[in-house]
Amino acid sequence: MTTLIVVLGVVLVLMILYLIFRISTLVSVAKDKKETEVDSSNGLNAMLFILFMVFGIGGFFWYSFAHFDSYTLPVASEHGAWTDTLFWITMAVTVVAFVIISIIKFVFLYQYQYKEGRKAKFYPDNHYLELAWTIIPAIVLALLIFTGLRAWNDITSPAGENAEVIEVIAQQFAWTARYPGKDDVLGDYHYQKIDAINEFGLDLTDNKTFDDFKSLELHLPKGKEVLLKIRAKDVLHSVFLPHFRVKMDAVPGMPTQFKFIATKTTEEMREETGNPEFNYELACTEICGKGHFSMKMNVIVHSEEDFAKWKAEQETWLSQNPDYLKNVPAGLRESAMIKAGIPAETGLKFTQGEFGTAVGSN
Amino acid sequence: MATTHTHTHADVHHHDDHEHEHHEGNFWTNYIFSQDHKVIAKQFLITGIFWALFGGTLSVIFRLQLGFPEMNLEWMRPLLGGWITPEGKIDPEFYLALVTMHGTIMVFFVLTAGLSGTFSNFLIPLQIGARDMASGFMNMLSYWFFFLSSVIMLSSFFIETGPAGGGWTVYPPLSALPQAIQGSGLGMTLWLVSMALFIVSTLLGGINYITTVINMRTRGMSFTRMPLTIWAFFFTAIIGLLSFPVLFAAALLLIFDRSFGTSFFLSDIYIGGEALSNVGGSPILFQHLFWFLGHPEVYIVLLPALGITSEIIATNSRKPIFGYKAMIGSMLFIAILSFIVWAHHMFVTGMNPFLGSIFMLLTLIIAVPSAVKIFNYVTTLWKGNIRFTSGMLFSIGLVSFFLTGGITGIFLGNSAIDIQLHDTYFVVAHFHLVMGSASFFGMLAGIYHWYPKMFGRMMNEKLGYIHFWFTFVGVYMVFFPMHYIGIAGFPRRYYSFTNFDFASGFTDLNSLVSIAAILTLAAQFIFLFNFFYSMFRGRPAPANPWNSTTLEWTTPRNPGHGNWPGEIPAVYRWPYDYSKPGAKEDFIPQTVPFSETPESNLPHENELIKLESSNGDAIVVEGNKH
Repeated sequence: MTTLIVVLGVVLVLMILYLIFRISTLVSVAKDKKETEVDSSNGLNAMLFILFMVFGIGGFFWYSFAHFDSYTLPVASEHGAWTDTLFWITMAVTVVAFVIISIIKFVFLYQYQYKEGRKAKFYPDNHYLELAWTIIPAIVLALLIFTGLRAWNDITSPAGENAEVIEVIAQQFAWTARYPGKDDVLGDYHYQKIDAINEFGLDLTDNKTFDDFKSLELHLPKGKEVLLKIRAKDVLHSVFLPHFRVKMDAVPGMPTQFKFIATKTTEEMREETGNPEFNYELACTEICGKGHFSMKMNVIVHSEEDFAKWKAEQETWLSQNPDYLKNVPAGLRESAMIKAGIPAETGLKFTQGEFGTAVGSN
Repeated sequence: MATTHTHTHADVHHHDDHEHEHHEGNFWTNYIFSQDHKVIAKQFLITGIFWALFGGTLSVIFRLQLGFPEMNLEWMRPLLGGWITPEGKIDPEFYLALVTMHGTIMVFFVLTAGLSGTFSNFLIPLQIGARDMASGFMNMLSYWFFFLSSVIMLSSFFIETGPAGGGWTVYPPLSALPQAIQGSGLGMTLWLVSMALFIVSTLLGGINYITTVINMRTRGMSFTRMPLTIWAFFFTAIIGLLSFPVLFAAALLLIFDRSFGTSFFLSDIYIGGEALSNVGGSPILFQHLFWFLGHPEVYIVLLPALGITSEIIATNSRKPIFGYKAMIGSMLFIAILSFIVWAHHMFVTGMNPFLGSIFMLLTLIIAVPSAVKIFNYVTTLWKGNIRFTSGMLFSIGLVSFFLTGGITGIFLGNSAIDIQLHDTYFVVAHFHLVMGSASFFGMLAGIYHWYPKMFGRMMNEKLGYIHFWFTFVGVYMVFFPMHYIGIAGFPRRYYSFTNFDFASGFTDLNSLVSIAAILTLAAQFIFLFNFFYSMFRGRPAPANPWNSTTLEWTTPRNPGHGNWPGEIPAVYRWPYDYSKPGAKEDFIPQTVPFSETPESNLPHENELIKLESSNGDAIVVEGNKH
């Protein structure tokens, strides 16, 4: 019943609108206006452009200043501070150009609206003017390009020898991190070795894998260069760390990387923002399917000491999954147990006896 | 038709008699399988309008989800059925399908086929003085391939797994693996088949446009006397001809990967508990191929709109377009540069960062000719005598969007700044303004301006004003706030923002955007009413309603197939003799010889009189050299 009333109401409104339209058309026909005559709407349109300009530019400035804190994210990385500066320099340059051109344009529209009997100025070209507005933007853009290039080259230059290497692995719809363990070297992997438990696809014939450990949160040290090694298992994903101004796609079959230095611990950021609940986050920014919007990883930045402490507390992946000792070549098992921190008797249990068959796709 | 221009005077008349017989064709040959460029243009236009409404409605559906995440959408179940979850929400995969199809439809079906298809077809023969396209048959095929492509794309909405859902860029592996997302099943197959047919349509059209412009200009219509519309369509067709085949190749390789087990784009994939055997492919390769079309595509949709706007702004300012040659030069420069900037879409895809530096350099260079165009538009307004017709209003809207959206390109083209902004709403705001809305306004401006020529009647101007102001303000209300949301880091293609603390604010701005989107879509119905009503009840159009100089206004009110009943008029001057000092009227049509306007001729124009009077043949020979 309500639907019927709504439909009838809409029909009624449309009919009234149509009647108004018909009447106004008939009136204008009755007045017998000349075909090319420019009527009073011309001035109205000109006026509306001025109003639009005033409210548009006014609203733009008002919102941009009044709500500055709500749309700017605090920055917590070294290169992020730099790219933010570039962003705001570009903003200043472009806003000045934008406002000037907009005002000129709308004022011209108003000032040069149709007037009976006036003739427009025949002004087909002016090479000096054209040269000026080719060269000036070119110079300004060249300056912006060179500052941008310097930053870009620096950001994408190879990481230092001592960088903390962390691997971030993307899959539908979750992130995992792999840390290299005490030897500071990530072990080999191969996608064919991935299974439900060996989710990294660790290649256990490589002795570097034995002390690697897994984390479902991304822990980072403050003040030390971090090199994120990024890969994806299934489709494209993209690592986005908004507060660190970090973004890099995760590509199946082609590992990517991004290096950066965090400058504020989670605790410091909580103080700065006045939000005790504050957490750094990692989001996915490349469409990857149904759960794209919920593909999140928590990020925690420690001081360097706390980070070292946290790392020391972690159990290796192999010690959590000792049955995979089966896949370690016999000659390496002993060193694997030592490196992974597996007690000898546990190790023996898993390499002999009832768990005697190899697991996974190795 | 193709040889019309080589006929002698007598032959033309003879030819026209043939034309007369053509007119008595039946309904099918006149309105459905017509080879008349004007009818084909209208077919493209009506199909384009259908798609624009369809694509716009899709966007409003997903804006409901973004603006009012708590809303119960149960009332849409009769329409969407199983795509509404039991909780009364849009299914997250269908959300992605909506986003994907909105992009595909708007970019390809509305702003490529709807815009170029309509106006290149309609205006090229009329403005260069040709009886039809070089090949009417190919032109007809072009439309019907587009129609077939449209039917197939539409049909993907009616299959169980839904339409393609991997984003309009259809990046593999997501688009290649049905186990990754439902839309990559049959929906993606239909998408690829539809796009392949669409490309065929574009190429058939493009070859025709280029050939017609080069070969079929009337006597005296040298390249430097062509209206900027024709220049724009000409460049657009060339860009399309060079770039669409690359998309075709990408689509073909993707079909191979999907159906025949090849590994062009797939490597090292473990999905659904299974390691696939594909190795050695590269998803990045697809991105290179896609954007090799994808970036020129931006200019394929934009250049025609800029051409249309140049023409309308000059006409309604009653001034010559400022810097005619600079306008052609910047379009040429943009057309060339558009081929060497594609990888700026890929700064953070893992592409070699050195390549990133190169593409950043090239990308920011393209801002220069774009800036020149804006300055030239503004200078054209200076000291004009501006009439705000509906077409003029939409053209001004285009300039405004082109400026607002173009300026954010300077941020995104800078790879260092792009790291943060890539794939956020800042990008969405940028391209919707600079390419989406600007081109859309170009299309609307063109419809309002050339409607009298298309249908022989005038559209209602008052309704046009209302339509303009609602749409102009509405578009800004939709896309301007997105800049803030983007600076705050909100990623694109998110079904909801509540999972992240950094992106959980701005429910107010998101609601505002959604409300504005709904109002903007609603305002388009004013246009629809005006469009269809005026077709039958509009005021009959005078011969030259805008006092324009170009050739199309020398045709009869409802030109038949062949456009001019008699001889095709010759052209003696450029198309922008508005408000020429000394002239009686404030415009001199291109068909008026300099010998008839001694009072307003410039010194070098007086010298051209000799050429005119000696014999038109001299020019004919020059103009039609093969």
